[in-house]
Amino acid sequence: MDKEATPLLSVRGVSVRFGGVVALDDVSFDVAPGQIAGLIGPNGAGKTTLFNCLSRLYQPSEGEILFEGTSVLATPRHRIPDIGIGRTFQNVALFDKLTVLENVMVGRHSRTGSSFLANALRLPSVVREQNAARDRAMELIEFMDLVPFTHWPAGGLPFPIRKRVELARALAAQPKLLLLDEPAAGLNHEEVGTLEAQIRRVRDVQGVTVLLVEHHMSLVMSVSDKVITVNFGRKIAEGTPDEVKRHPEVIRAYLGTAD
Amino acid sequence: MAAMARSWATKPHIGLWAIGFWLVLAALPLIGFVTESPSFEYYLFMGQSMLIYAIAVLGLNLLIGFNGQISLGHSAFFAVGAYAAAILMVHASVPYWLAIPLAGIVCFGAGFLFGFPALKLEGHYLALATFTLAIAVPQLLKHKSIAGWTGGVGGVLLDKPDPPAFLPLSVDQFLYYVCLIVAMALFWIVYNLLRGRSGRAMMAIRDHAMAAGTMGIDTALYKTMTFGVSAAITGMAGALSAITVAYVAPDSFTLQLSISFLVGLVVGGIASLPGCLIGGAFIVLVQNSSQSISDWMKDAFSLRYDVPAWAIYGTLLLLLMFFLPNGLAGGITAIRGLFSRATQKT
Repeated sequence: MDKEATPLLSVRGVSVRFGGVVALDDVSFDVAPGQIAGLIGPNGAGKTTLFNCLSRLYQPSEGEILFEGTSVLATPRHRIPDIGIGRTFQNVALFDKLTVLENVMVGRHSRTGSSFLANALRLPSVVREQNAARDRAMELIEFMDLVPFTHWPAGGLPFPIRKRVELARALAAQPKLLLLDEPAAGLNHEEVGTLEAQIRRVRDVQGVTVLLVEHHMSLVMSVSDKVITVNFGRKIAEGTPDEVKRHPEVIRAYLGTAD
Repeated sequence: MAAMARSWATKPHIGLWAIGFWLVLAALPLIGFVTESPSFEYYLFMGQSMLIYAIAVLGLNLLIGFNGQISLGHSAFFAVGAYAAAILMVHASVPYWLAIPLAGIVCFGAGFLFGFPALKLEGHYLALATFTLAIAVPQLLKHKSIAGWTGGVGGVLLDKPDPPAFLPLSVDQFLYYVCLIVAMALFWIVYNLLRGRSGRAMMAIRDHAMAAGTMGIDTALYKTMTFGVSAAITGMAGALSAITVAYVAPDSFTLQLSISFLVGLVVGGIASLPGCLIGGAFIVLVQNSSQSISDWMKDAFSLRYDVPAWAIYGTLLLLLMFFLPNGLAGGITAIRGLFSRATQKT
């Protein structure tokens, strides 16, 4: 089969209800391998809800999510990084008392497997695994320009640095698909420029497919190969950035109706 | 901005400070060969108690300081460990050196099982649930149905093990070394856990459980495992206490013992390994010496009334928490930081 035709991620008819509130209503879209896909929509449109379904924090009431053909919804939460999905959080969820290096090393958890007992006795295999994890973490710390902060506790770092630490931590698990939840929120103009370059490098250098939720329109439109728009829990448009920008439903959702 | 932190992940070896400190602890009983002091045996017993409390605090610190779960019920695991060791030694003639790890395994099972309901509870609710352990276990130990093993209200008397013939040590010197070896082994194990994958997972759960889950950490497994290991460590402290005191009784394991562990933990320093040793010493020294301070104050200031010992203890705690909110270990780190900054300037 043609590889381009097989989507990496396939969201099919996903609906989420909280009590009587419909947060997502029959949303479907695909993300192809190697794509940078943007998910946009006004506040409360259901973007983060969808991310939380992908990382198994929420259970959809209907629909299916397939990742390389396996059902995401049949995978327990702590196995999601194993199948190749990593994520960052809108409000940055770091381990504040751990150092930057340790945070990134926790990201290696799913790619390492030493047991409690082996760790307690510090077997040679544990030392080897630990050294390999540290080397990989250090590479990512360099990749994200975080070297001066390596041994700083994550809790005390400025917000833009924390966002980069979170990205490095997500990359440590070697995801095939990276979910970025509002990576540009709280960043200034210059930092958004750096972020855009970093997202491209993540795709081009690390070979990671990216799905990002973002409000920063110029970032989404310039970095994405494809943009999906949701509003009030429904998908209203999908296509290239240019197509989506001209889509009447999208213009209505963001600017309101003319009449 | 925050300062550079001591990172567990980058600790390849045990520090010289730590090795030196343990060597000093190992040398202390040798004073017995040169001193004529009749109180020396008593000091040795205090040393044993300090080590035992340090181990108990270590177990609790793994749970509270490094995994973010609270327990007011660790006196129960201490009790189960003490009884398990005593019953094994008296009824099954198990040697003391085997009874200690077996007591640890029993307590691991108890802690692991208790860890499951604890998964559903956090913060104050977990505190209350573990509180019930602390108050229920002493009564359960007295229960008639198991009095054949536990000795009911009377408890169990056991013999202190004799030092092996080839060692020219008194019983108390020998028991001190038993406590020291168990303490060193357990501190080493916890130290290994903390600087490895398991410890990072435990601390990640403490700092942000939801993010830890999305990093691929099985939070339920790690929390129950930590509860089990914590209970096992505190249980082995209980086993040592049974062996060194040569007696277990249900009423020595009250809620107040749990609170003592907590006080030792907070005073020593939360999430600090040296803090556990400081905490163990604090429990023995300060609780014992509050009465002496009270007597001394009455004499020195010619008071007409006794100063209540527990009020002195409380005042000391308040002062410590006010001036050293990060515990004594945190205070020492801060002083070392000041010192190294001062030396860098010159």
